[in-house]
Amino acid sequence: MASQQPLILQKPLDQTLSLKEYRRLGGYEALNKVLKAYTPQQVVQTVMDSGLRGLGGAGFPTGRKWSFIKKEAPFPRYIIANTDEMEPGTYKDRLLIQHNPQALIEGLIIGGFAASAEKGYIFIRPAYEQGARILEKALEEARQAGLLGKNILGSSYSLDLVLHRSAGRYICGEAKGLVHALEGKRPHPNIEGHLAGEGLWGQPTIVNNTETLSYVPSILNNGPEWFQNLARSNTAAGHKIYSVSGRVRRPGCVELPFGTPLCEIIEDQAGGMQPGYEYKTCLPGGASTRFLPKQHYAIEMDFDSLARLGHGHRFGTGSIIVFDHKTCLVGAALNLIQFFARESCGFCTPCREGLPYLRDLLRRIEEGDGKDEDLPALKSMAGHLSHAYCAFAPGAAAPVLSLVEDFREEIQEHIAQKGCPFRQDFQDGQENSH
Amino acid sequence: MLPEETLDVLRQKITITDHPRELAVEVMFALQKHYGYLNDEAVQEGAGLLNLSPLEIEELATFYDFIYRRPVGKYCIHVCDGTVCWMFNHQSVLDYISQKLDIPLGGTTEDGCFTLLPVGCIGYCDQAPAMLINGNLYGPLTPEAIDAVLKELRDKQPPQKEDR
Repeated sequence: MASQQPLILQKPLDQTLSLKEYRRLGGYEALNKVLKAYTPQQVVQTVMDSGLRGLGGAGFPTGRKWSFIKKEAPFPRYIIANTDEMEPGTYKDRLLIQHNPQALIEGLIIGGFAASAEKGYIFIRPAYEQGARILEKALEEARQAGLLGKNILGSSYSLDLVLHRSAGRYICGEAKGLVHALEGKRPHPNIEGHLAGEGLWGQPTIVNNTETLSYVPSILNNGPEWFQNLARSNTAAGHKIYSVSGRVRRPGCVELPFGTPLCEIIEDQAGGMQPGYEYKTCLPGGASTRFLPKQHYAIEMDFDSLARLGHGHRFGTGSIIVFDHKTCLVGAALNLIQFFARESCGFCTPCREGLPYLRDLLRRIEEGDGKDEDLPALKSMAGHLSHAYCAFAPGAAAPVLSLVEDFREEIQEHIAQKGCPFRQDFQDGQENSH
Repeated sequence: MLPEETLDVLRQKITITDHPRELAVEVMFALQKHYGYLNDEAVQEGAGLLNLSPLEIEELATFYDFIYRRPVGKYCIHVCDGTVCWMFNHQSVLDYISQKLDIPLGGTTEDGCFTLLPVGCIGYCDQAPAMLINGNLYGPLTPEAIDAVLKELRDKQPPQKEDR
């Protein structure tokens, strides 16, 4: 039986755990153990054995990422927590840092030890200024307690942690873009060279998602098998913070085993749909995943289950945006593309030109000027975005492709009726929401 | 010119940091806080502090969502137009604030107190529709909640020291 016990989210969620409270819950025991009895390679192996995967969307195995920094790699080395989180619908890291900042700090120190890093950063977006202030306080508490700085807990390991405030741009969440941003350069992505070899200032660097790092202490505390066994599905490991938003009764974040069925998360945790609304679809993992057709309502929420559906379905960040039967998906896709078109760094042509083109097509359809030939044009242009330089544009295309492939009739209705068939319902819905 | 006290703090940080360029955003925020926005003088000053060219500061300033190269009010109201806020009619929030302050989207009130801007998802999706004002999150928004926030902020100008 998988554990339902939260690991990094304790109750009540709207309070910040102090260092004292975190320690009472077993916090920093893992760091103490690591510094006393582990080599960096043993830490990497433990995390690798646990099956922990990157929770920022890509799902890359964390231990493997850490193993890319070889023993003979040059110094200095860096570790960075990515708290940029700008994907619409995704807000798990905000809740996490406001509620349990010490879990992130301990995870960063252990990850830093594994990489033999001497300096670490928490890269945070400006919309999370409240969280940044909490982290500043938490970092100071940790410093005062000898958990940061020179000779941590009396060991030979030293790590300096810096909170780096960003000025806000979606592409900063991409690892190389983030590194450029930290270097005070324009944060364009760069797919050449690996961060483990050429990261911050050209030195070996690890960039991990905030949630991913926050799970590291509990893995070292309880062992890799324990973490593996927390998941409900066979091919996944551990827990996950699912953030649920949209037309549900109780939107919020909840920590559950990987592989918890979507229907359980929506109904049991988020209280089901708001009165008068029926479930139509969801984006299961944030704005750059596909709309999930209704027949998959009971799917196990993990990386492999979504990937097995094929057609580009992805688990993403596990941030579920729920759409009801009165909400227009053409309008939703238009909103998403407007966001991505605005946030594109403009570095490469498919993204710079393709996203505004898609936006204009969707806008025409939504406003009643759509034509039959717009449908194949949407599909073809969204498909071309896979030729962009980085993953930003293909991610942006995902909801549009699923709109064309799985909810085609909504587009056709717009074209046939020369307008949005949901508009009246939609307006009614908005009035009800206030 | 930045106040001597702020300059001292920044210069000290720049001196002890291995790569001063890392402080580019922090320096821009400090300048923006002092001048109200990143004016030409601030661009020059930032470049001088960091030993960069004004063009290098300019290319950063024009890239980021929260650095303003034109004057803004003391409080920048960023209304979230992310997907979840869209679902909960962020447009009605924009319209309401626009009407209440008598400014269009992108406009600043005559007294220089408020600027109204759109922003991509602010990560407050569980409280949609939501907005961000000088680093503080507000939601779920209703006309009453908006009225209360605007009144509170108008009553306490200038912004508190820690606000950006």
